[in-house]
Parts: sequence; C-alpha cells; structure tokens
Amino acid sequence: MLPFLIRRTFGAALILVLISAFTFFMFFAIPQDPALLACGKNCTPDALEIIHKNLGLDQPVTVQYWNFLIGIFAGRDFAVGHCDAPCFGVSFANNQNVWDTIVDRFPLTLSLTVGSLLVFLVVGLGAGMLAAKYRGTWVDKTFSSGSLVISSMQIYFLGPLVLLALVYSTGWLDKPKYVPFSEDLGGWFMGLLIPWVVMATIFTANYTRMSRSSMIEQLQEEHVKAARAKGMSGNFVFFRYAWRGSLIPIVTILGIDLSALLSGGMVTELTFGLAGLGRLALDSVVDKDLPMLMGVMLVSAALIILFNLIVDALYAVIDPRVRLS
Amino acid sequence: MTSPIKAEDSGSAAVLDPELAATTENAVAKSEKQPEGRSPGQLMWQRFKRDRTGVVSACVVIFFFVAAACAPLISKVYGKDPYTLYGQENPELLDMFTMPAKPFGGMDGEFWFGVEPGLGRDVFTQLLYGIRTSLATALAATILMTVLGVLIGLAGGYFGGKIDYWLGRITDFFMALPSQLFFVAAMPVITTVFVAPDKETPTYVRTCAIIIVLSFLGWMSMARIVRGATLSLRDREFIEAARISGASPWRIIRKELLPNIVTPTLVQATLMLPATILSIAFLSFVGVGYVEPTPDWGRMFAIGANTVEQDPYYMLFPGVAMVIFVVAFNLLGDSVRDAFDPKTGR
Repeated sequence: MLPFLIRRTFGAALILVLISAFTFFMFFAIPQDPALLACGKNCTPDALEIIHKNLGLDQPVTVQYWNFLIGIFAGRDFAVGHCDAPCFGVSFANNQNVWDTIVDRFPLTLSLTVGSLLVFLVVGLGAGMLAAKYRGTWVDKTFSSGSLVISSMQIYFLGPLVLLALVYSTGWLDKPKYVPFSEDLGGWFMGLLIPWVVMATIFTANYTRMSRSSMIEQLQEEHVKAARAKGMSGNFVFFRYAWRGSLIPIVTILGIDLSALLSGGMVTELTFGLAGLGRLALDSVVDKDLPMLMGVMLVSAALIILFNLIVDALYAVIDPRVRLS
Repeated sequence: MTSPIKAEDSGSAAVLDPELAATTENAVAKSEKQPEGRSPGQLMWQRFKRDRTGVVSACVVIFFFVAAACAPLISKVYGKDPYTLYGQENPELLDMFTMPAKPFGGMDGEFWFGVEPGLGRDVFTQLLYGIRTSLATALAATILMTVLGVLIGLAGGYFGGKIDYWLGRITDFFMALPSQLFFVAAMPVITTVFVAPDKETPTYVRTCAIIIVLSFLGWMSMARIVRGATLSLRDREFIEAARISGASPWRIIRKELLPNIVTPTLVQATLMLPATILSIAFLSFVGVGYVEPTPDWGRMFAIGANTVEQDPYYMLFPGVAMVIFVVAFNLLGDSVRDAFDPKTGR
C-alpha cells in the first residue's frame, strides 16, 4: 500500500511539472508577445516597456519558466513588491497576488464541487440501487428514463428554470449566494442548495446507470449467491456484498469525471453569479490575464491529481485484491 | 462410382415432378446463399432496423441535421433572418424595458418562437442558424479528432515498443489536463496565433480556433480505443499472412487493420459528437466561443439566463431543442453500439 502511494505521488508530481511547463510555454511562447496581451487595445510603447520589465519578459522563456518554478517554492521579487512563498506571479490586470486571489476564491469552489459531488453520489447510487433491486418494474423504468432526460438538461438551461420556479416567481428560496462555512452554517447551506442540486443533475444519470448495471452484475456473482445460500438476510447481502463490489466501476468513472466536475462548477458559478475559481479563470481569459490563468490552471490540475490519488487509494479500501497485488 | 439404383431413383423423381424439384432446388440455393451473403455492415443495419428506439432517435438526429443544412432555405421561406433587429424596425414588438411586448415572449404567427429581448431579433431563425453553427463546428471537430485518434492509436498499437510507450504517456498526459478549463484558456492563445491582439478576430478564425482547441484536447479516448483494437488484431493470422507475403506496414494498416477497426471507431465517434456539441455550447455560454453577431446555440442560453426573470420564454425553444437532441443522440449511440456488437447489453 505505502510503496504504491509513494510511487503514485511521484508520478503525480511529475505530471504537475509537465502540465506547468506545457501551460507556461503555451502562454509565453506561442503568442507574439504576452505583454501585448496584457496591454490590451489601447497600448502605448511605454506601457509595453513597463510590463516587459515588471514581468521579466526581456529574459529567455526557459529562464522565465525556471524563475516561475523557483517562485512557487521560494517566493519572488516583482516591481510591485515581494511575493511570498507559493508565488504564482502577479496579475496583469490589477497587480494583485495570484495566490492570494486563488486562496480567496477557493472555499466557494470547494463547497460547490464537494456538495454537488455528495448530492449526485447519494442520489445517483441510491436510484441505481433501487432500480437494480426492483429490476424491470416501474421503479426501474422511471429512474432509468427520468435520469436520462434530466441529465440532458444542461446546467445553463436547468439553472435559470429552477431560479425562475423557486426564486423569482414563488420566492421560496433566496437567490444563491456564498456565505463562508465558518460564519453561518445555515446560510451556507441554503445559499448553495440550488447550485448543488442543479450541478448534480448532469452527473446523476451516469451514476444511476452505472450503479444499476454494476449492481445487477454483482447480484449474479458467485460470492453473492453463496452468501445467500448460507442463509444471510437479503438486505445484508445486498449492501455488504453486492454494493461493495459494485462500487469499483463507479470509482473508476468518478476519477474520470473529476475534471468535468471542475468545468461543471465553472458553468454553475456563471449561471448563479457566484465568484469562485471558475469565474476567476473566465475573468482572466476575458482580461487576458495570463499569470492569473496560469495559477488557476495549475491549482485545478493539482486538485484533480490529488483527488485522483484519493480515488486510487479508495480502490484499495474497496477491493482487497488491489491491496494484495 | 454412383450406385445405379440411386441414379435411377433421382432420375424418375425429376421426371415425375419437375416443378417440385425446381422449387426444392431453389429453396436449397436460397438457404445456402443467405447466411454468407451478408456483410457485417448489413448485419448491423438489420439489427439496427429492428431497434425501434434507435430508429426514432436516428430520425430525430437526422431531422436536426437536415434543418441545420437547410437553414438558409427555411429562413427564406419563413421570410426572416437571424441578424435583422426587428425590434428596432418595429417599436411595437418590444416594450419600454426592451422585453417582448406581446405575451409568451412575443410568439405569434409572424415570430413563431418569439422575439429576442434586448435586440429584438427573431428567435426561430436564431435557433436554426445557431444549431447550424454548432453542428457544423462539432462535425468538423469530431472528424479531426477521429482522424488524430485513429492515427495515434494505430501507430501505438501496430508498431508497439517504444513508440507505443511514449504515445501512451502523451495520451495519459493529455487526459490528466483539466480539459474544459484548458479549452477556455487555450482559446485566446490560439486566436492570437492567427490575429494580432489589437485587431478584431474574424469569425472564420474563431471557428478554426474552436475546432483546433477541441480536437487537440479531445482525441485521447479515440486513440485508446483504436490502440486496444489494433493490439488485439496485430497478432492475428491474416495480418501475419499479409506480413509474410511482403506487404508494407502502410498497406497492412490500410487494407487489413483499418477495415477492422471501423466499428469501434464509428461507435466512439457517435459518442463524441454530442459531447463536442455540448463543449462548443459551453465555450459560447462562458463567452470565449462564438461571439455576436454569429448566431450560436450556446450563446442563446447566456442571453436567456440573463433575462429569465422577465422573459422566460426566450430560452424555452433552445433548451427543449437541446434536451431532445442530446437525448436522441445518446439513445442513438446506445443503439449503434448494440447493433454493432449485440453482446454488450445495457
């Protein structure tokens, strides 16, 4: 178990370095002049000169990348001031520290994605298990076809509809907003309830389907039959034996869906006017704010890799065969 | 040597009843001919025809494509286009808050799907042209992705060894990228390759950029599937036979491998197309895809989301059309897969 995790962590670190290099060279090597991007439409040669100097763009790209990497671990000095240890540079648009801005926006994105992850896992797996248990009956058909239609409603279509139904015309709920978790638990929950549910819908159907088919498969396995034949109760066999086995393909899908979760969060944030990491990425694309975009990309990539590590570790928890090999 | 009794016997039967003999002969010929006369494609087509869900969803999908292809014709018959600001020409259409003046978002005999809030354009033609834009872009991107994926997958699977190892690592790397975020981030970068940042970006450059970005970051699943299929075929007898008879690798790939990986490629491509359409809609919704005045499906949702409180009817038709399209395409993908490979049950 431990050597496996160590190996995976090294692999993850390598991938992160590669992603950072890829992103960096894409942004700083392909366009004619990144400073021109930062400068915008009303650019004067003087302003361009200042930007060049501030960002160290007069140096070769490889040196710039090295400085960028060093900056992440040791901090850097810019014309606008010193930038502390996890330094991802300074925004082109408003000279703010990239890392501070990301830290500021991160709790919202985390609440949003983890909340909706829980919603679609609980609803999706639950519906899939029910459908498997009552296979072929109306329960199965309702869940299977209902989830297909609902998942085909994109966040940007369903979101405004839900807002219209629950907020604008009836006033049952307030417009979604983010209240920090530590300040007001109830406000945090109520403020994010609609975004969680709406964001979860596009994922739920996939999990319902996966969990249904994988449950059905598991219920026909030898060890499940043996457990039944021993006289164990139906529910015990269903949850303890079949369910656990059915989780393996679902964990695989979950690992693949993590980056979709991030983009789903982006659309959700935009639909409900929440300012998280996704919104930050979009704003920095509009402002052509490359350092900010780089920071968000790297942090998101790191998050996805971290969650993938957790997912890999989950395999070992669920499936004893993984632990032994 | 033929037994004389038997020869005589069959001869008399033929004499006694020539008609019967002819029909039995025919029947034998037919039953012998039928099983060998069907290619895998024909078998697939027969299985597909029997699947009612598949046929219905195929019709829906074809309807969307035909409507998109005939958009200029339809809009000519209908008498409007997606660019004219009807609300400015005819001030009665929009009220003082620039919302449609008539109930139900201004739907009537003249404007079938209503009037756009704000600019007062015709929703029906906007949707029609929007679907056209999305489908055309998605089709181009999917074709490019498929070609890229097949090339890389084939190279990895066929040549194996070091080539396979490095191609596999590159595939893994691209899969680890947060793809949608990369779409968003790469769009301005790609456009600046073509256009100086202080100039307006023409629409065709945007289209190219979207296609490049989507296919550059979307070929991996196809490559994996093709590689897997190639690996399983590589050591089969017919490939070995071709190799022994001196066929060049290119000929083996073209004549022996490619025809055998058409099925998984086609199935994967039917799954990729709706995903690509949704990606394009996503790009336009977040504001880095198509911009005004190009009509686009995804951007209609951005407009609709802003005005849903005052004019919920604007988003109705684009939304319902998208739900129908995505559901139909998903069902079609399942049916195509089942038809090609009846073993993979749902």
